[in-house]
Amino acid sequence: MTIRIQTQDFDAGLEIKQLRHARKDTGAVVSFIGQVRDINEGDTVSLLTLEHYPGMTEKALQSITDQAKSRWDIFDVLIIHRVGTMQPSDQIVLVAVISAHRGEAFKACEFIMDYLKTEAPFWKKEVTQQGDKTAERWVEAKITDDEARQRWAKPY
Amino acid sequence: MKIKIFYFARLKETLKFSTEDLELPDDEYAGLTVLKLKAHLAKRSDVWQQMLLGKLKVRGAINHELVDDSAALSDGDEVAFFPPVTGG
Repeated sequence: MTIRIQTQDFDAGLEIKQLRHARKDTGAVVSFIGQVRDINEGDTVSLLTLEHYPGMTEKALQSITDQAKSRWDIFDVLIIHRVGTMQPSDQIVLVAVISAHRGEAFKACEFIMDYLKTEAPFWKKEVTQQGDKTAERWVEAKITDDEARQRWAKPY
Repeated sequence: MKIKIFYFARLKETLKFSTEDLELPDDEYAGLTVLKLKAHLAKRSDVWQQMLLGKLKVRGAINHELVDDSAALSDGDEVAFFPPVTGG
């Protein structure tokens, strides 16, 4: 299990290759990459800055990964989340899960992302362009993210 | 009781505080909860009142664990206040 918080970009292909080769009994690799959009709430976004709570972030991601491991039969998990300032199309997060078969890895990867979005202490601030004006604003949490997380509370 | 408090994102920016060490008299603050601490801090000014007890949702953590307003604080705890998270 690997959890990294970093300012620098990452090579998703290389990271996934290393994870794939970790175990010969791996039959499925599911990965998710989240990236910066150039639009939010109808406004053009030119920059995105991510802040986090060092110490708690790592523990929260560890706890989410532990929950995923206890719920599904998965072999390993990799999470890389960037902080600092990014531009549209830049990668923000990579979550990759390996397992024997796809079903477990698909579910675990989605579960980890849904919990990351609602429990890991990251905050986004964006710079928007409205005509000639540049403005900064904090990104608001979405109710749909809470709903996505709630799905997993159901009996399974 | 001595505690350390961290503020993040909009709270840090608006309150102009990222961290502070707070000492509270034990007799007066026995059974201190997150909500009581918020009320104590909110007395500082209107801005503190708005940020901690206003319309905006504020989440709290004790020693890196998300907690509710009813959670109890102990000497030496690290407390944090921040808006709902928006990572990923």
